[in-house]
Amino acid sequence: MDLIGLVSFNVLVGIGTLVLITVGLGVIYGMMKIINLAHGEFMMLGAYTTVISVTNGINIWLAMLVIAPLVVGIVGLIVERLLIRFLYGRMIDTMLATWGLSLALIGLMTTIFGNDVRGVPAPVGGFSIGNFGASGYGIVILIVAALTLVGLFCMLRYTRYGLIVRATMQNANMASALGVAPSRIYMSTFALGAALAGLAGGVLAPISGVSPVMGAAFIAKAFITVLGGGAAIITGTGLASMIFGFINEIVSFKSTPVLGEVALLAAAIVMIRILPQGITGRFFKRSI
Amino acid sequence: MTMLEVSGLRSGYGRIPILAGVDFKVEAGGFVGILGHNGMGKTTLLRTLMGYLPATGGHVKLKGKDITKASPYVRARAGIGFVPQGREIFPALSVLENLRMGCLLAKTNEKQTIEQVLEEFPRLKRLLDRNGGALSGGEQQLLALARCLCGDPKLILLDEPTEGIQPSIIEEMIETLLNLRQSRDLTMVLVEQKLNFIAALSQRILIIQKGRITREVPPEAIADPSMLEEFVGIEA
Ligand SMILES: Nc1ncnc2c1ncn2[C@@H]1O[C@H](COP(=O)(O)OP(=O)(O)O)[C@@H](O)[C@H]1O
Ligand SMILES: [Mg+2]
Repeated sequence: MDLIGLVSFNVLVGIGTLVLITVGLGVIYGMMKIINLAHGEFMMLGAYTTVISVTNGINIWLAMLVIAPLVVGIVGLIVERLLIRFLYGRMIDTMLATWGLSLALIGLMTTIFGNDVRGVPAPVGGFSIGNFGASGYGIVILIVAALTLVGLFCMLRYTRYGLIVRATMQNANMASALGVAPSRIYMSTFALGAALAGLAGGVLAPISGVSPVMGAAFIAKAFITVLGGGAAIITGTGLASMIFGFINEIVSFKSTPVLGEVALLAAAIVMIRILPQGITGRFFKRSI
Repeated sequence: MTMLEVSGLRSGYGRIPILAGVDFKVEAGGFVGILGHNGMGKTTLLRTLMGYLPATGGHVKLKGKDITKASPYVRARAGIGFVPQGREIFPALSVLENLRMGCLLAKTNEKQTIEQVLEEFPRLKRLLDRNGGALSGGEQQLLALARCLCGDPKLILLDEPTEGIQPSIIEEMIETLLNLRQSRDLTMVLVEQKLNFIAALSQRILIIQKGRITREVPPEAIADPSMLEEFVGIEA
């Protein structure tokens, strides 16, 4: 019984983690149909922002929940203005450009901070489920992931900005005939996606080693989860994270974490073969 | 006052020229119809006027101001409303949300604006919660028109609103547009291939052929179906 409790908890945390690392990429993909291959490095920047803030005596919650997304959001805004906006509608070019950007960011951070692995202590301790010890920080991840999805949903569903974003996603030309400047919407969604990557990097900093190359560990998972989810940002990210997170955690539990990752990749490949447009390309088409 | 002045306008797709120098003027308050068969460049003309296709030559002036190079959203903000061919309703937004999008350029508050427009399009009242994509073609056409009017445009560009629409809604559309001509300060450019629809609404009718305005239908022919048919028959 305790074991089931622990495994369930770990599955939920796994899903939450996947939601966190995917949602920023999903926002950008859902809106503009481009894949930001510097997503992992945006997360890395968020993690560094958190580490540096905490080293300088800033409260860790403030550092990872506010400062990290803010800083990386601003980086995203600058990148969009200087690079991405010239490449909309050109999927391959954007992938190449953002891949180049990811290399540049790794190089830059290595030059400044060296390539030693840093860390921040987790702000909450463990707790026990029966005889088993569980990570208390998992609860933080779960809560942040859930609040992120709910917040994003409310923003898209109930605000005027969200309405404009949804309309522009569906038909940018028509939105512009109603007075919307699509380039503004693209700019702000790219910055939002970057900020969410920064949030993920900040929140995951206490449980992953922070180094310039840490992004590589996230981008592949985020990438396939976004493709698996399809164009609807919330439903797609949520459902794909549930399926892949579940498979990953269960296989990891039965065998090893490495096989868990392999199973996740295999499941994603099978799913993208069956549903090339992702889950929401076939089901829940009208969802957000 | 001249609302719209188009001179020597050229455009096309990539290197394929479609508009070969279009000239016409629309006075403020005028309802002008442009009649042409399939493939004559009607949609291309409106897409160029709206700024989706870059003009490769000539000028477009709105109330005397040159807008030839302006982006679509700048033209929309300057007072041009667009009801495109195929209607382009946001399929996953509700009817109400489609109207709210139309209100982005409204001068009065959203609620008031939508209430007023619903008085003009009563059929939409009971559809507000439906998804735009779930409406019939005719309902979508009314919605596209209503959405456009929410922004209170000075000039409306209307592209083949009768395409694939049941006759009862075509009648309703004629009635609505004639009422709007009375109640609002509107100018309209309508492109069409249906004779009776264009004749019912237009004060002037121009003929477009192969990317050029070739003739204007004599005013006395507009009110007289047989004369109009004869005239258009000769032209075609
Ligand atoms: N996207 C496009 N690319 C290339 N040619 C096009 C495109 N759209 C329309 N055309 C061509 O331009 C011409 C005019 O089309 P259009 O303006 O749609 O005519 P109409 O609206 O009068 O039926 C046609 O010959 C059509 O084949
Ligand atoms: Mg057409």
